[in-house]
Amino acid sequence: MHTIKQQWFGNIRADLLAGIVVGLALIPEALAFAFIAGVDPRVALYASFVMAVVIAFAGGRPAMVSAATGAMALVIVSLVANHGLEYLLAATILTGIIQIFLGLFGVANLMRFIPNSVMLGFLNALGIMIFLAQMPYLIGGNAATYIFAIITLALVYVIPRFIKAIPAPLIAIVVMTIIAIISGASMQTIGDLGTMPDTLPVFLFPDIPLTLETLKIILPYSLALAVVGLLESLLTAQVLDDMTDTPSNKNKEARGQGVANIFTGFLGGMAGCALIGQSVINVKSGGRGRLSTFTAGVFLMFLILVLGDLVAIIPMPVLVGIMIMVSATTFNWSSFKFLKQAPKSESFVMLATVAIILYTSNLAIGVVVGVILSSLIFVAKVSRVSVTKKGQAFHVKGPLFFASTTKFIKAFDDVNAKEITINFADSQLWDESAVGAIIKVQQKLEQNGTTVHIKGLNASSEQLYHQLI
Amino acid sequence: MNIAVAIDGSDNALRAVEHAIMLVRHLPDAELEFLHVVDYNKAKDDYLLSQNPEGLALKREQKIHPATELAKSKGVEAKMTILKGNPSAEIIKHVNKEEVQQLIIGSRGLNTFQEMILGSVSHKVMKHVNCPVTIVK
Repeated sequence: MHTIKQQWFGNIRADLLAGIVVGLALIPEALAFAFIAGVDPRVALYASFVMAVVIAFAGGRPAMVSAATGAMALVIVSLVANHGLEYLLAATILTGIIQIFLGLFGVANLMRFIPNSVMLGFLNALGIMIFLAQMPYLIGGNAATYIFAIITLALVYVIPRFIKAIPAPLIAIVVMTIIAIISGASMQTIGDLGTMPDTLPVFLFPDIPLTLETLKIILPYSLALAVVGLLESLLTAQVLDDMTDTPSNKNKEARGQGVANIFTGFLGGMAGCALIGQSVINVKSGGRGRLSTFTAGVFLMFLILVLGDLVAIIPMPVLVGIMIMVSATTFNWSSFKFLKQAPKSESFVMLATVAIILYTSNLAIGVVVGVILSSLIFVAKVSRVSVTKKGQAFHVKGPLFFASTTKFIKAFDDVNAKEITINFADSQLWDESAVGAIIKVQQKLEQNGTTVHIKGLNASSEQLYHQLI
Repeated sequence: MNIAVAIDGSDNALRAVEHAIMLVRHLPDAELEFLHVVDYNKAKDDYLLSQNPEGLALKREQKIHPATELAKSKGVEAKMTILKGNPSAEIIKHVNKEEVQQLIIGSRGLNTFQEMILGSVSHKVMKHVNCPVTIVK
C-alpha cells in the first residue's frame, strides 16, 4: 500500500490532466442520467461533483471515478416518479448508511460469489436499458432529430482516430451544437427539459416526514441502490487493480461509497457509484492517484458554473447520440463469444439475468436471482456422485453432502450379498447428511443380513464420521 | 544483438516467433526477448470473461504459452517481458528504451476498414521505432 501522501501527490501532473479529461467526459453522461432518472440536470451534476470529490478522500481504490451513473439512475426511476426528489435524497442518504455497514461487515469478500455470467448479464441489461431510455427523445421526433443523433453517434466513433487528447463526445457536442445553432434546426434542447445549476450545492436536510411510512417507501430503493452501487464499484475496482498492478482495499471502498452517498444526499444529489468506462478513461489518460478523481469533480463543477447557460442550448438529439455510444460500450459485445464458448449453464445464467432485469426493470433483483441460480447450478454440478460395483466391492466417486446423498442411498437398493465393502477413496464426506446416508445404508443392509465394511475414508471424512457417531 | 518479438496469442504472432527463432539460431550472440502487451482497451472485457483473477492469469498465460513452448522445444532461451497499456505505444517505448536492435512483429491481416477503425499495430510500430522491423505475414 502506498502512503496517503503518495496516493495524493505521487503523480501530480498526469493526475491533473487525466482529471480534467474525466471531468469533461462526465458532463454529458451526468445530464443523460438525470433525464433517465427523471430529475433536473442539477441533481445529477451535483451528485457527480460530490461523489468524485468525497470518494477521492474516502475511497479505497485511488483513481477510480465515482459519479452519477446509469445503473443507479435506472433504479430510482419509479421512486422519483411516485414520490419526488426529496424522497430520492433521503434514499440516497440511507443507501450510504447501508453501504457503510456492508463495508464494515466485509461485503467485498462476497464478490467472489458473484460469477462473471451474472456480471455480464448485469452490464448487458444495463446497456440495453440505457439504450431504451434514449428512445423517447428520438422516436416521433422530426427529421432533424434523427439526423443529429446519427451524425453525433458517427462522430464519437470517428473522432478518436484523429484527436486523442480531448474526449470525443465533448468535441461532438460542441461541433453539433454549433451546427444546430447555425442551421436553425428546431430540436428540443437540454434547457427545455430542465434548469442548469448556477450555484454550488448547499447542505440541506431532505424535506420528508421522519416516519416509519417514509422508511417503508425508501428502504427497498436504498437496498437496491446499495447492492447495485457496490456491485459496479467493486467490479470497477478489480478492473483497475488489474490495469495498474496495484492492490486496493475493497471494504474500504464500500465504506467510502457509503460516505460519498451520504454527502451526496445531503447536498442535493442522486445516489451514485463507480463508473467503469470513466475509470478506465482516467487510467488510460495517466490518472493513478486520488488527485485525479478530485480534479475531475472540481473541474466538472467549475465548468458547469461557468458554462451552464451554454450547456442548456445543447440539442437533446446530440445527447441521445452520445448516450447510444455509452450504451453500446456498456453492453459487452464479447458476450456472444461467451455464449458460444462458456458451459451452457453459465450462458443460461447470463441470459436469465438479462431477462429478469429487463422484465422487472430492477437491476438488483436480476443480480440476486442470477447469483442464486448459479449457486444452485453449481451445487447440482458438484453433487454428481456415482457408485460402481465390482463383485462385492462398491466404489463411491464424488462428494457426499446434502444434495448428493439420495443418489448414493439408491445405489444400494438391490444389494443382497452376504458381505460388501464400500470404498470411499474417491469421495469426501461433507456434512451430517453424508454420515447419515452411510448409517442408513448400513442399517438397511444389515437388516437384510448383509455385513457392510467401510473403507478408504480420507482423514477429514474419517474425522467427521467419528465426530458425529 | 538483441532481438525482440511482439506476441499477442495470434497465429501470425506465432509465425513471427518462428522467424525470430530461426534468426537467433543463425546469429551466435543473439538474445531473444518476447514482448507481450496487455491491452488497456480490453481490460474490462478480459476481466468479465474470466471467472476471477486466477482465471484471468490463466487466460493471459495461454496467450504467451505457445511462444515460450516453441522456443523451449527449439532449445532457444528467451526473456519474457509483459507490459500494460496501448499495444503499439508500449512496444515502441520499450524497443526504443531498451535499444532493441531488431524487432519482429506479426501482421494482424486487417482489411482497410478495420485498419481505419482499429489501426494497425505493426504499421504504427514500424513508423516509430529506431531499429529495423520485420513484419511477418
